[in-house]
Amino acid sequence: MMEPGLYHILFISTALFFIGVYGFFTRRNLVTMLMSIELVLNSVNLNFIAFNKYLWPNRLDGVFFTIFIIAIAAAEAATAIAIIINLYRSHRSIDVENAEEMKY
Amino acid sequence: MPNLTYIALIPLLPLAGFLLLGIFGRNYFKTTSGIIGTTLLLIATVLAIYTAYGYFFEYGKVAGVYQKLVPLHYTWLEFSKGVSIDMGIILDPISVMMLVVVTFVSLMVHIYSLVYMKGEERFPTYYAFLGLFTFSMLGLVVSSNIFQMYIFWELVGVSSFLLIGYYYDRPSAVAACKKAFIVTRFADAGFLIGILILSFYSGTLDFNTLIQKLTSPDSVELKNAVAASFLGVSALTWGLVLVFIGGAGKSAMFPLHIWLPDAMEGPTPVSALIHAATMVVAGVFLVARLFPVFAISAPEALNLVGYVGAISALIAAVIACTQTDIKRVLAYSTMSQIGFMMFALGVSGHGGENGLGYTASMFHLFTHAMFKALLFLGAGSVIHFIHSNEMKDMGGLRKYLPITHITFLIACLAIAGVPPFAGFFSKEEILLAAYQHNSIIYYVALFTSGLTAFYMFRLYFSIFWNKKADIHGEHHGEGGFALLMPLILLAVGAAAAGFIPFGNFVSSDGTKLESAFHLQFSILPVAIGLIGIFTAMWLYKKKNDKPDKIAASLSGLYKAAYRKFYIDELYTFITKKILFNLIGRPAAWFDKNIVDGLVNATGKATQTISEKIKGMQSGKVQQYAIYFLIGVIALAVLFIYVWK
Repeated sequence: MMEPGLYHILFISTALFFIGVYGFFTRRNLVTMLMSIELVLNSVNLNFIAFNKYLWPNRLDGVFFTIFIIAIAAAEAATAIAIIINLYRSHRSIDVENAEEMKY
Repeated sequence: MPNLTYIALIPLLPLAGFLLLGIFGRNYFKTTSGIIGTTLLLIATVLAIYTAYGYFFEYGKVAGVYQKLVPLHYTWLEFSKGVSIDMGIILDPISVMMLVVVTFVSLMVHIYSLVYMKGEERFPTYYAFLGLFTFSMLGLVVSSNIFQMYIFWELVGVSSFLLIGYYYDRPSAVAACKKAFIVTRFADAGFLIGILILSFYSGTLDFNTLIQKLTSPDSVELKNAVAASFLGVSALTWGLVLVFIGGAGKSAMFPLHIWLPDAMEGPTPVSALIHAATMVVAGVFLVARLFPVFAISAPEALNLVGYVGAISALIAAVIACTQTDIKRVLAYSTMSQIGFMMFALGVSGHGGENGLGYTASMFHLFTHAMFKALLFLGAGSVIHFIHSNEMKDMGGLRKYLPITHITFLIACLAIAGVPPFAGFFSKEEILLAAYQHNSIIYYVALFTSGLTAFYMFRLYFSIFWNKKADIHGEHHGEGGFALLMPLILLAVGAAAAGFIPFGNFVSSDGTKLESAFHLQFSILPVAIGLIGIFTAMWLYKKKNDKPDKIAASLSGLYKAAYRKFYIDELYTFITKKILFNLIGRPAAWFDKNIVDGLVNATGKATQTISEKIKGMQSGKVQQYAIYFLIGVIALAVLFIYVWK
């Protein structure tokens, strides 16, 4: 059994990142898109943690960054859900294509 | 020297009146605005007379020479060291004299207008404009800085424009005010360039420093200004000639006089104030202000002043003999008299006995202000009575307007130069100065003064004698005390102002000038004046056909003079046919096609490009995200591979 190294974790985080990006571009449901964004953010978190652990194990900067990002992600999710709810109230739908008329 | 800062109040009081009546007059002072304006001006007049008394008799004279005092001075806008636009007050004999003349005549006009303009729709506006004019004119005469003078110079132009166009519902008044403004503005461009030339060479805008630098023979500035030349004439002469063009425009000198007769479209009291007594002599005042520079450093420019003045005097007098609108006759007579003042300056030298012309010119300015304002106000009374400007509607009015008749007669005698009225003394001095220095101008002036007597008495007899008055039914009489009081006061001035020993107070170098009285010299001009008067009497006292016969026998000359020597037509030809066609149209084409074309092309290009890229903003959030992603990737590539 091989001890998982930095490269494995980076691979997972990269995979998560692109799954998130792909989901963001292809889904039409706003909630799913929000979830995709969370994936992207968490892949970044993984990156920070991994680099912190393997490159500077005696420091905690990466961990702190991760905590920041989690907090910001929470705030972002709250805002985004508020927007989605408002959109639903006015359009009776949370499909992103129905929000196109808001370009002006 | 006592504290003289109160002098600033003299111009500032009318300004306060202008602001008060201009802003609140329509709503709050509909009927009382006349009283307010008049009261403010009365205070200013008292202050001006007090100042004049103090200056001439108490503190102005040091060791027998009147000083140039600068009691108030404030640096307003400094361009570089020494060159600054200042706001200041200069007191010297001519500015003090002008203070008195302007405030006094303006006060008379204010009082007169109380009745004359009563019931006008824009009564408060009228008084506001009068206040603005009085402020600007007073500011002009006390200016200690040539640029300050220019500012006030433009302000009087604007207020003249506003007052000529007071009856803005009459197309002729609108045309006249535009004409006056454009012609004087055109001349003022010359004044401005002149200022720039003079200040460039002298390195200052301050009158005292400028005069001192450009007259002392060993100054570097003078040598430079004389050495630099353009088209064979020195820069200094060019500067002074250009300044004189500005003065000629304002003073209606030939060939820039065309606006003055049309300016008579304004209310008559305005004509008395602006276009007879004060504003139109601003040009004379300007030349007098810079007189040392003219006389000492650029005699050729002064010669030009003299000849332009003489030609204007003659032409205007000839035209005045043929006009039938009484205000136009007076307008041409004003132009002719200003011509007298100009050539009096032109034939004068600087200092001592040579400065006779200067004193005479200022003296004539002073007396002329009295009798010409009186003539205009008298004409105003006649027009007020008969509701017409045309001579043919008048005649025999002496019974209906007795006081106007007497005062008008005094003014006519004064302008004709009959002793002992004011005009006699000043005109004799002018003629004497011309006689001593330039015989051509002397004979022109002699002939013109004969003509002056003739056309003034033609006017007088046509209004007050000639035929029986054609008045039916009710008439409102001569008007009240407010209408007559200015006439009487001015008549006293016109009768008695000549006895002021003017040479004691005003002379080219501030010293006392003994004005010797030459009895045998006066015989000829007075005789010529009397011939003019009796000719007018013979032709116009009774209605007859002699004037028409004479006009017919001189048909060519008469017609030319009646049409004002076709100068207006000449201007129309030059502007319409030459300027508009040759310069205006190509310039308009260039503007329409090239300038506008460039602007339109820019607009079109922007529009086309925006049209093309509009599709990018689709409202699809995910599309934006793709642009964003592409941008991030591109930046990443740049950072990793290009800008390592």
